[in-house]
Amino acid sequence: MNRFLKNVVFYAILIGAWYGIARAHIWPPYLVPAPGDVFDALHDGFKDHSIWIGIRISMERVVLGYLISVALGFILSLILSTSKTLQDTFGRLFTSLQLLPSIGWLPLAILWYGLSDKAILFVIVMGSVFSITMGLEASLATIPRIIPMAGRNLGAKGWKLFWYVLLPASLPNLISGLKQGWSFAWRALISAEMIIVSLGLGQLLMMGRDLNDMSVVIAIMIVIFVLGWAIDTLVFRTTERYIAHRWGLSNPS
Amino acid sequence: MSLSQPQPNTNEPLRVVTPKRFVPHCANIALRSVEQTYESNKGPRLLALDNINLEIAAGEFVCIVGPSGCGKTSLLSLIAGLSFPARGEVQLNNKPVTGPGTDRILIFQEHGLFPWLTVGQNVEFGMKMNGVKKAERKQKIKHYLQLVHLDQFEDSYTHQLSGGMRQRVAIARALATEPNVLLMDEPFAALDAQTRDLLHDELERIWRETGCTIVFVTHNIRESVRLGDRVVLMTYRPGRIKNEWKVDMPRPRHIEDVAVARLSAEILGEMREEITKSMEAEFTR
Repeated sequence: MNRFLKNVVFYAILIGAWYGIARAHIWPPYLVPAPGDVFDALHDGFKDHSIWIGIRISMERVVLGYLISVALGFILSLILSTSKTLQDTFGRLFTSLQLLPSIGWLPLAILWYGLSDKAILFVIVMGSVFSITMGLEASLATIPRIIPMAGRNLGAKGWKLFWYVLLPASLPNLISGLKQGWSFAWRALISAEMIIVSLGLGQLLMMGRDLNDMSVVIAIMIVIFVLGWAIDTLVFRTTERYIAHRWGLSNPS
Repeated sequence: MSLSQPQPNTNEPLRVVTPKRFVPHCANIALRSVEQTYESNKGPRLLALDNINLEIAAGEFVCIVGPSGCGKTSLLSLIAGLSFPARGEVQLNNKPVTGPGTDRILIFQEHGLFPWLTVGQNVEFGMKMNGVKKAERKQKIKHYLQLVHLDQFEDSYTHQLSGGMRQRVAIARALATEPNVLLMDEPFAALDAQTRDLLHDELERIWRETGCTIVFVTHNIRESVRLGDRVVLMTYRPGRIKNEWKVDMPRPRHIEDVAVARLSAEILGEMREEITKSMEAEFTR
């Protein structure tokens, strides 16, 4: 509770400072709008449903892209885990491909798929699939040797060994990989939506720029930030904490 | 009363050695000219086991001792069918071992329990993998947890238990698949002396009640004499059988018994040479 209070005070001061700077008119309001203007922009956006629609469309895209990435990542990591040679070749390639910012895939996606939903989906998948694959692969590789040994010894083999032993044993690390993949997918989505007319949050952000409306720009930034934070905290951190507790891992922070 | 004192075991009736352990389902084991090699980082393949010939009778409690690096663990892994010999043959009930099976269960020093399952679910695991019906599983979980005196911990998670309790769960989990052979790899090495003493008593009792064949690997000679019908000493790398002793002292024994100490000293005399070799190898590495 203490930490919560600290944060309330912190954000109150932050917004207060923002208000003060805006009121001082050091910069014109079209560059630094006051908190009230941003709040109005948020209010209008929700009232005329444009933000709601943006959230819905963006979420649909990112969830679909993310699920594709997770499915692909699962298959790829399983294939990688069977062979040292594959790990040394494809594994290394995937690790380096993670370094390519997802937006770097966009020109290629546009040439292949046009300015379409498919291009956005492609960027999301390419932006997250490698990090998910390598995360899953690492989580399988870090299972203590004794666990699959005990499993096989007790009669688990084939898919049963995977489902009842390897998968749960890798879960604590696997969740971190999935979480990282999600944040990559989320970033890829917003970047791609900014360039392609898409009705998503990314486009709303860009629309604010096109209309030279700084309050809208900041309002949408806040929406994107809060949404990303909420999913990270509510979905991934909660799951992580539950698993750490259940698996008896030492004090999760 | 201190736990380390030898106490007459009050909750046990006087034992008449009419071993239930000669029940037909227990298995004999034979290793014939077994050789095992390992890939080493540099240089030639490492010879871990060399010409091992060992016969273990059904229902026998055999302890294998030796310095670390003598291939004790490799030996168990071969019997378990988790690995295969480079040469020679491992037989179970006069048939070659072709893979792992729940008739032979390994118990490790690091218990190898599944942390995501409760104690009860851990015990259930082997039965579930082998298609035992749910009602029967429930019954057996109760039975085997009672056997290791942990029935009130069925719904706990393993990380909520002490080291000794975890090792008992591992034993219950192994027994629940009703194996013919229990393979124990230094199962009590990480426990404190008091807990170990108690588990010795429990293991001896469980052995009597279930009639399993037990192959028990340890580097603790006293423990091997306290528990085994027979003690087999192995040499340092490559592992060969150096000598073996029949332990015909009456049971129950205690780790402080004079006779146990005397035989241990004798075995240690022979083992010291191997320990020296293993130490030299460690320091000149």
